[in-house]
Amino acid sequence: MKILIIGGGMGGTILANNLARRLTPELKSGKAKITMLTASEKHMYQPGLLYLAFGRVTPDELYKDQASLLEPGITLFVDPAEEFLLDQNQVKSKSGKTFDYDVLVIATGSRPVPELIPGLAEHGQSFYTEETAIKMFRALQAFQGGRVVIAMGVPHKCPMAPLEITFMLHDYFKDRGIRDKVQLHYTYPIGRVHSLENVAKWAAPEFDRLGITVETLFNLKEVDGNAKLLKSEEGTETPFDLLISVPAHRGMEVLEKNKLGAGGWIPTNRHQLNMEGRKNVFAIGDTTNIPISKAGSTAHFEAEVLGENIAAMIKLGAPVRDYDGKVFCFIEAGKDRATYAMFDYLNPPDPRPPTKAVHWFKTAYNKLYWISARGLL
Amino acid sequence: MAEKQVIDARGSFCPGPLMELIGWIKMAQIGDEMELLSTDKGSVADVPEWIKKVGHEYQGAREEAGVWHIAVKKLK
Repeated sequence: MKILIIGGGMGGTILANNLARRLTPELKSGKAKITMLTASEKHMYQPGLLYLAFGRVTPDELYKDQASLLEPGITLFVDPAEEFLLDQNQVKSKSGKTFDYDVLVIATGSRPVPELIPGLAEHGQSFYTEETAIKMFRALQAFQGGRVVIAMGVPHKCPMAPLEITFMLHDYFKDRGIRDKVQLHYTYPIGRVHSLENVAKWAAPEFDRLGITVETLFNLKEVDGNAKLLKSEEGTETPFDLLISVPAHRGMEVLEKNKLGAGGWIPTNRHQLNMEGRKNVFAIGDTTNIPISKAGSTAHFEAEVLGENIAAMIKLGAPVRDYDGKVFCFIEAGKDRATYAMFDYLNPPDPRPPTKAVHWFKTAYNKLYWISARGLL
Repeated sequence: MAEKQVIDARGSFCPGPLMELIGWIKMAQIGDEMELLSTDKGSVADVPEWIKKVGHEYQGAREEAGVWHIAVKKLK
């Protein structure tokens, strides 16, 4: 049984390690083989970018060598996929190799695409890549006062990030002694401050208490850098001095080129995680079209279910579990307080008031993540 | 005419049915019709509110076994 995993991010890495542990005897006897194709020899802890934008971590702290995270028995190629020949059960890589598979898992994640909004890349700050997070760090240091607007595109990964960055900006300016010189203005695409109703109910009064103004039903359409104006799809405008954006995302271009899904979003069964119409092709993490948070925990929990199912398919001939939509997201509510939202397809979240304890748990998890990536936590 | 795209947002708390629709309608062509499936009763109010504000066409909603089927058309 040849298992081919495309993508060495959170989902792909946890899945590969989960499978390697479950299939130790089969890997030893040669009955099973796990191969991973990935674009980078480095694995990045993406949630750390939020802290990098404030200088609270340094770039090197966000990376480990991908090879160091993988269990023995996993064959790694730093050689991204170029062509998907699903009818032939083959994937061709950039270097020209052809990989046959019995089971294919696509875990290629998602990418911010600021170019979808005219003027955004040139005039907005962001924190979704190392480069833009460092640029934002410098822009924040240079900022002496004015109107800071937070605006976002849809869809985006890490749905809690818009709230987190806003709370953290409040504390950052307060610590610098210039919060009274800064207007923080939060915009959001739907008619409340967050997609999760209970999270919005908690966050809206917090914004009010902290003097953060809010504008809902604001979908960023264009950034006029000369006039320093944001324009929305809804026909409204708002001025800015500093724009902090969460850009709209897409799946990887290679998936669109191979016609695996519009926007790079693979049509995926929400319980069994197989690609619609394919029994031996699966998708996990950001790249699915499942209407669920594009979040690390989603990829993590999906990887655990799929790992169990693929192993069961080999050992018992059938999958044994459904993914129930479980998501767990920390919400940083400033520099030293946090809460969390936990939910699934049937049960909405009910976040508690933020505490220092949960913030320290998140801070610890920022380091413990590497144990999760190895499939142990 | 393109087949009507069905956006199955049943059981979606985050990003939720309206955010799902906003993401997909951005990728659609002008003139495309879409049907959003939602188990969130709030969608019946918030989807037409947004659709009309942006200037697309709201084509109506119906409920079937606890699922709301909300039809829209991209106009711009």
